[in-house]
Amino acid sequence: MSEPLLTVQHLTKTFGRGRSETTAVSEVSFTLAAGGSLGIVGESGSGKTTTARMIIGLERPSGGRIAFRGHDRTQPARSTKQFRERGRDIQIVFQDPYTSLDRRQRAGDCLAEILGVHFKLGRDETKRRVGELGELVGLDDRQLNAFPRALSGGQRQRVAIARALATEPEILILDEAVSALDVSIQAQILNLLSDIREKRGVSYLFISHDLAVIRQVTDDTIVMRRGSVVEQGTTADLLDNPRESYTRLLRDSVPREGWDPSTITARL
Amino acid sequence: MSTLLEVDALTVRLPVKGELRTVLRDVSLSLDEGKTLGMVGESGSGKSMTARAIARLLPSGATVAGHVQFAGANVFELRGEALRRYRANGVSVIFQDARANINPVRRIGDFLTEALRTNDGLPAKKAEQRAIALLAEVGISDPERRLRQYPHELSGGLLQRVMIAAAVTVRPRLILADEPTTALDVTTQAEVMSILRRMQQNYGMAMLFITHDLELASAVCDETIVMYAGMVVERQASNNLHTEPLHPYTAALVQARPEIDRRSVRLPAIPGHPTSAYEAPEGCAFAPRCRFAQDQCRVAAPPLLQIDQRGVTRCVRMPEIRNQLRASTMLLAEGISREEVAR
Repeated sequence: MSEPLLTVQHLTKTFGRGRSETTAVSEVSFTLAAGGSLGIVGESGSGKTTTARMIIGLERPSGGRIAFRGHDRTQPARSTKQFRERGRDIQIVFQDPYTSLDRRQRAGDCLAEILGVHFKLGRDETKRRVGELGELVGLDDRQLNAFPRALSGGQRQRVAIARALATEPEILILDEAVSALDVSIQAQILNLLSDIREKRGVSYLFISHDLAVIRQVTDDTIVMRRGSVVEQGTTADLLDNPRESYTRLLRDSVPREGWDPSTITARL
Repeated sequence: MSTLLEVDALTVRLPVKGELRTVLRDVSLSLDEGKTLGMVGESGSGKSMTARAIARLLPSGATVAGHVQFAGANVFELRGEALRRYRANGVSVIFQDARANINPVRRIGDFLTEALRTNDGLPAKKAEQRAIALLAEVGISDPERRLRQYPHELSGGLLQRVMIAAAVTVRPRLILADEPTTALDVTTQAEVMSILRRMQQNYGMAMLFITHDLELASAVCDETIVMYAGMVVERQASNNLHTEPLHPYTAALVQARPEIDRRSVRLPAIPGHPTSAYEAPEGCAFAPRCRFAQDQCRVAAPPLLQIDQRGVTRCVRMPEIRNQLRASTMLLAEGISREEVAR
């Protein structure tokens, strides 16, 4: 096997100090292979988002190491230049497409701005690339010319995905990126993500609390609880034969026919 | 079993930018004493608006046609003291976001005892004892301490339990639960659902349970209504929803949802996006996204059709495509891939 794209070793993050010190992430280790898709599952407060924020450089780790293609990037970027370089490696899509887009900026201009920052392109070339990105995520010219308020939740999330892909990153972090979407739209976006992975070979770090979504889009999964990894393995194996009682609990908590919430509560 | 709530041909319009927009169209439902009715639909389908109409909490300027009967009384004609009593002891609402619906500057104790003191006229001490008993009943440990705490000191799951306790303090006959677990983790959701069920059984309350989660509805409700563009498109026993949907929209929702047990090469997504009632086209509102749509679907708004004793549907092609709908979801259950089903 070739060298992993992303290596995370003993990653730790504590907030506060003294008596109010809390550990948000504790000794988390995993690797993401080129073209792979890794899921991080956990409940609120399990540290999955903090882990993502450290990888993207929005949070400074208290301990451990993050390496991209073998190069250390544990500490956040020091210069604008370095910040931009790193932006071409890893990008992120957030949960809420209503707050993660600038409401005063047209969708197409938003993509053009990113292209302008990262690549030296002429006007026509920029326009062509914006069109290409729109096509990749299924937005037509009319939608690219619209302000976010004129777009539906699914369309806004397509803009957010296109924006993340504009720098041609090798890793896309999706932090609950389909959780707020209606079922019929969620299916469209999940299909879109599969297509993009196939076409572009981009790797996914997919954070979600939804096990069915995790099954659909990831190859490997880690389960986090209270900042630590409790179980990891291939997604299929982990969901079909969970070894840890917490993973089983998560699985059984998903409602289905004949589901009895009181038996689950008894196990908490 | 007597009927507690009856909604008949309810149509609601709201004023938006000087024009009246339809948000509910011809919604009819009935709920028996002590039963649970699920209401499923995507955003903008009119679920919350139905609950607000029942609780008489519609925004000002709303125009209403149709009837809501609660225990024999016409809800839209309630005035003054009668309306106050209806809201105090008839219906209680549990909202999705407990944090946004509990006053952040008042203590939990004030929030819980307010209804008891103002409606039932209980003295403060008695009301507090009752609040303590209720908190214990919804599984909150150390209730005395919680009463003195503020909402920001409690987690989302705990706060939602406080909300449930507040909703049942007055022993209402009907609970309107509007996505009460949507913002919660799955394990917390299981806890809250089991508490909600227990309270419902203990006090014999009926519940209208609103959710966007078809699986959750079929797990906890006796019957379920599926809403689309402000209309009821299907109603039947919850345990048949997944295996024998009566409307193409329900069948499409079942198939579009990824499964925990297997991965499909491609999810059969529903093309387009959900429409609101006022944007809905002539004829069937779902027709533009429906793979069974024919010319007849686009002509006139489909009526509610009774299908045997099973339930009702708003699909004019229904008796004819019933087997196809059943086959598509049954194959899924047997593990035939979605791709083959879609063909």
